[in-house]
Amino acid sequence: MDRLFAVTTALSVMLIGLVLHSLRRSHIRVEYSVSWLLAGLLMFLVSVWKPILAEMGQLLGTGDERTTIFFIAFGVFTTVFYRFSIIISKLKDSNIALTQKLAILEFQLRTLDEKQKQAPAT
Amino acid sequence: MIRASGPGQYLVLIPAFNEQEAIGSVIREVKDRVGDVPVLVVDDCSTDSTAALARIAGAEVLSLPFHLGLGGAVQAGYRLAYELDYDFVVRIDGDGQHDPAHIPEILAALKTSGCQMVIGSRFANGNAHPHSSAIRAAGTRFFRLVLRPILGKQVRDPTSGYVGVNRQALDVFSRSFPLEYPEIEALVVLQRRAFQFLEVPVRMRPRRGGRSTITPLKSVYYILHVLLGVLVNVLRFERSRWR
Repeated sequence: MDRLFAVTTALSVMLIGLVLHSLRRSHIRVEYSVSWLLAGLLMFLVSVWKPILAEMGQLLGTGDERTTIFFIAFGVFTTVFYRFSIIISKLKDSNIALTQKLAILEFQLRTLDEKQKQAPAT
Repeated sequence: MIRASGPGQYLVLIPAFNEQEAIGSVIREVKDRVGDVPVLVVDDCSTDSTAALARIAGAEVLSLPFHLGLGGAVQAGYRLAYELDYDFVVRIDGDGQHDPAHIPEILAALKTSGCQMVIGSRFANGNAHPHSSAIRAAGTRFFRLVLRPILGKQVRDPTSGYVGVNRQALDVFSRSFPLEYPEIEALVVLQRRAFQFLEVPVRMRPRRGGRSTITPLKSVYYILHVLLGVLVNVLRFERSRWR
């Protein structure tokens, strides 16, 4: 049992460390790192602070610490992935709209340019 | 491309991705059949000579800087047509499957019926389509059954890309259009606004070049994707309905 919590603690610390490292090297923007940092922090807390884990186990009705930490990890990371799915979807919509707008503006610019070339010089 | 000079003007929209084998002849055939109508090819970031050949054949080309897929390309064309004040758009494929001889019939149906969309249907006269694969035919039958209760009427050829739309539909589609496999979902988008559609019989031919994007393996993904898209569109709550 202690080994499981040692592993989850180590993984949480690694996650926080990785996110901070990525932030420092500008691989992740600050606004997108918050979810991961919170997830890592929460996993770290429940791994090292047993009373919280016991309390949450009672709330969830799991009883067993191992099941509780699995449920918490599942909930935390599902939330993070869901949040990022929403962000990616919005970005894709914006990307498509921008791409179409850029193509239309380029098209209109080319049309104007051709018209100008055809017009007699004044 | 000139802006539409008055009411009732239309353009022919051809979304194309790597269609260099057929695009030139398709454009020339359109111009032979319907005269000097504006033809807009939306080049979905082709890696071959599609855009250059389309220009040589006399079409205007809207070049997308990134590959968006069929829905993204069609929507870009609808947006431009809407901005240029066209009242009708007839969309045909760039692979030569759609016979441009039917464009006047689709346009006439759009103008006289008051429907927002007219579908060129392979099955409207009850005949089986000779160039349809078994998988595609089964898929078409399946989606007919799915769409019947949603649309409140039967659609015989829900996967046809040979469609004409009026300005009301252009307005809606320029803001909201399905990105992948758009034909079926587009019907549901229209239904949510209480728009009407009509099918007119058309003849389809084997493709002249390029490859179909729907392989047998992708068919399963296609069905799941479209089913989900239909479900989402049905569930989406729309406060203001267009009438």
